[in-house]
Amino acid sequence: MKFGVLVFPGSNCDHDAYHVLSKHVGQPVDFIWHRQTDLSGYDAVIVPGGFSYGDYLRAGALARFSPVMKAVKEFAAEGKFVFGICNGFQILCEAGLLPGALMRNNNLHFVCKHVNLRVENNRTPYTDEITEAKVLSIPIAHADGNYVCDDETFQSLEENGQIVFRYCDENGEITADSNPNGSRSNIAGICNLDRNVLGMMPHPERACEELLGSNDGREIFRSLAGSIEALAA
Amino acid sequence: MTSPAITPELIEQHVTPEEYGKIIEILGREPNFTELGIFSVMWSEHCSYKSSRVHLRRLPTAGERVIVPPGENAGVVDIGDDWCVAFKVESHNHPSFIEPFQGAATGVGGILRDVFTMGARPIAAMNSLRFGPLAPNEKGATTRKIANRNKSILKGVVEGIGFYGNCFGVPTVGGEVVFDEAYNLNPLVNAFALGLVRKDQIFFGKASGIGNPVLYVGAKTGRDGIHGATMASAEFDDEALEKRPTVQVGDPFLEKLLLEACLEAMRSGAIEGIQDMGAAGLTSSSVEMADRAGTGLELDLTLVPQRETGMTAYEMLLSESQERMLIVAKAGRERELVEIFNKWDLDAVVIGKVVEGNRLKVIHHGELMADLPVDKLTDEAPRYERPMEAPAYASVGRDERAAKWKARAQEARHGERDLLQVLETLLSSPDICSKHWVYEQYDHMVRTNTAILPGADAAVVRVKETRRAISMCLDGNGLYSAVDPLEGAKLTVSEAARNNVCVGATPIAVTNCLNFASPERPKIMWAFSQTIDGMKAACETFDTPVISGNVSFYNETDGDGVLPTPTIGMVGLLEDVRKLVTQGFKKKGDVIALLGTTNDDLSVSEYSQAVLGISTNELIEIGSVPALDLTLEKTVQETCLKLADEMLIASAHDCSDGGLAIAIAECCFSSLNNAPDGAALELSSNGLDPEAVLFSESPSRIVISFSPENADSVASVAEEMGCPFEVIGKVEGDDLKISIDGSEVLNAPVAALEMKWKHALESLLEA
Repeated sequence: MKFGVLVFPGSNCDHDAYHVLSKHVGQPVDFIWHRQTDLSGYDAVIVPGGFSYGDYLRAGALARFSPVMKAVKEFAAEGKFVFGICNGFQILCEAGLLPGALMRNNNLHFVCKHVNLRVENNRTPYTDEITEAKVLSIPIAHADGNYVCDDETFQSLEENGQIVFRYCDENGEITADSNPNGSRSNIAGICNLDRNVLGMMPHPERACEELLGSNDGREIFRSLAGSIEALAA
Repeated sequence: MTSPAITPELIEQHVTPEEYGKIIEILGREPNFTELGIFSVMWSEHCSYKSSRVHLRRLPTAGERVIVPPGENAGVVDIGDDWCVAFKVESHNHPSFIEPFQGAATGVGGILRDVFTMGARPIAAMNSLRFGPLAPNEKGATTRKIANRNKSILKGVVEGIGFYGNCFGVPTVGGEVVFDEAYNLNPLVNAFALGLVRKDQIFFGKASGIGNPVLYVGAKTGRDGIHGATMASAEFDDEALEKRPTVQVGDPFLEKLLLEACLEAMRSGAIEGIQDMGAAGLTSSSVEMADRAGTGLELDLTLVPQRETGMTAYEMLLSESQERMLIVAKAGRERELVEIFNKWDLDAVVIGKVVEGNRLKVIHHGELMADLPVDKLTDEAPRYERPMEAPAYASVGRDERAAKWKARAQEARHGERDLLQVLETLLSSPDICSKHWVYEQYDHMVRTNTAILPGADAAVVRVKETRRAISMCLDGNGLYSAVDPLEGAKLTVSEAARNNVCVGATPIAVTNCLNFASPERPKIMWAFSQTIDGMKAACETFDTPVISGNVSFYNETDGDGVLPTPTIGMVGLLEDVRKLVTQGFKKKGDVIALLGTTNDDLSVSEYSQAVLGISTNELIEIGSVPALDLTLEKTVQETCLKLADEMLIASAHDCSDGGLAIAIAECCFSSLNNAPDGAALELSSNGLDPEAVLFSESPSRIVISFSPENADSVASVAEEMGCPFEVIGKVEGDDLKISIDGSEVLNAPVAALEMKWKHALESLLEA
């Protein structure tokens, strides 16, 4: 099993993802420079958080033109795993690998804090080791995390179980107060129809140690590692 | 292009008549326009420390852990296992008043470059911020219009810090936000950064090796920030806002690329010396690098990457365009460096070479534009022993002050004493209330090392490569320093050390940012000198040498200056991150105790200001700062450290602003993974008023809690250390209940208190 962590100019959570995969998931991992075009040999690619291209024009809008993104699309089409976190989620939406878009937070501020997420679908490769409706404590850190999509897209996301995480309160209730950025229907993370591509605004790589306040992010990475293993078997 | 002729007006815009005389003496001729520009920035207060140098040398700068003392871009201390941390705090006050967003952003950018220039990857940032009040004060100088401007300055500064730090990818883990009318027209923005570097991979700003090529790397040069250093070396008047073009514009994305490229270039082994182009840009970086190595430099400005056309030598030398570095490469290896920078889409161009001798020669379009002796620009810069004079109020003794304050307090306190109302007023005072509105706009978790979230006594980041963690805090107290600069500085350093101790870390070194009004006023210079003496005494007590820092004078507008405000950045070391301590109570039934003693230190306090409404100016005349005994302070701190090291305590919290009642309330409040707790305290008055018992700001006090099983061990550690120790209550229920000498004086649900504390700042900002 081998993970790759993409590095765009301005990625700044690349080291954090690398650290979690190598130390806490215990799997081999490489950094992949954005000009690289060959992803053979990898089982999963992490599109990490940060400010690729300084968020110029629009968050994720320029990164999608990086040479590596063509390879990422092919990689996803082969059914391999592509996991976008924060800026990575924005890039995957811009690249058309996930539907919808991420707009400015409704309070117009950057927001960094721990939030609660409810696992809406545990029948995905990223959540299949987590009990359904479990509440995870995972931090967010973004200015553009307000998920929007048209009604038709929203309906198909719902029907196909593509909404994977929703912001909730500590009891798992989906409330307006627990929505930190104005996202439609409290959406925090979605997957594609085939469920091999996941994007989420919260940072599970920041929640893999007691010392940092939460371990809950590990469950996502462990589910993914398990799914890769199952696929190989 | 012909340079302007040197006229008396032109001279006056650049240097004083005496300084001009000295220039002629040095050169044996008149300088040309470009040379005059170079002298003016190198001899500016900001670059030359001409008013402060004679005092700064009294500070202790040596110590076992000190690897790089002051004088480089940042100081460096050893943290063990061949790892070091580089850190520094620097002001960006003047630009942040003129243009809050960019001023604060480029302040962060500058300090980050100072740190990674040393070869250290920045792993934490903090900010110390001071503004005028957010609400109008009918009796004071803050009109509605000024209060509104203060709000917009605060919002701009916070947004600017977030904009830069978040994009760059450094966690902003702590700091302070303080309000006083003295900062109405002079906000203070002090930015701190800390980086991690291996002991054998530290880089220096030295232009050594005759014949080595000089590379310009990073962003292109434009006309922004010309004379920024000079602007920061003068007071403001009502035309201040016209100085906006002297404020630089920051690009954190470019800085992030510059960081990665520099660290990669450093690993290549092709770099001889490197320095950030900060204040006074290309001029100060080249002069300082040559000066440190005792060499000369020849630069050809025609080769400098430019983003504007028709720039003159003067403009290029004085530009403060951001995100640029000057590198001296090992001869023959410049190509490798250029390739690394190009990989990161950055310019890297050879613009000159290191030469024998001591002269800086600047060529532009084939013409020699400046030819100056390097050492004369630095060592021979003017040094002033400015006149000093103690203000009249400084000679009024403590007893006389105490009597005056008592009478004034009596007058301000009318009717029944409602201690709950006092507590609520203090909890929602802008100085004390939660600053989550501010720090949630900063990414404080990136790099996954943040072991204590912002809002605590000190921030803690663990060092992944070791078992260790670094603690850090920024502390200043303009009010204490205004009333008594000597004691104020000691109190500030003591509190900074105590804050580190409260998280279980041993304080190891200090960086300082000294924010003062005009040094040309003898009373300001007196306060500055007193501050240095106080800082020296306290730093020696805690064995925390000063390894870097910055002086910011001329923080005044139309003759109104800031309070003397030394900001202390104290860094501590936790040998084992698993032993870190946090401030919140952990478990019902735990015992609450106080290390240290409460005295009658109510006069210069949040209580005096926020509750009694006594102004800063009045307090300067009639107040007394809390009495500090450095030996006792040291004992209290060592006791707390021993308790933390032996893992006997569940929590520790510094007892300072707002006094014991505020400290206890903060220990009760919720935190991540911890629901709020109640507490029942039984205090004895020892002859003090209830207000003094609850709100006195006596230093050298720490609130601790521990499991009842550890009670005997804790008490015996305190006894063995000779530390005043008193059990004052226990963690129980959901309410804060306090009785004094057996009668209840306060009883309130913690949840309601927490709501007031938590939402005070945002309701002021949104009003």
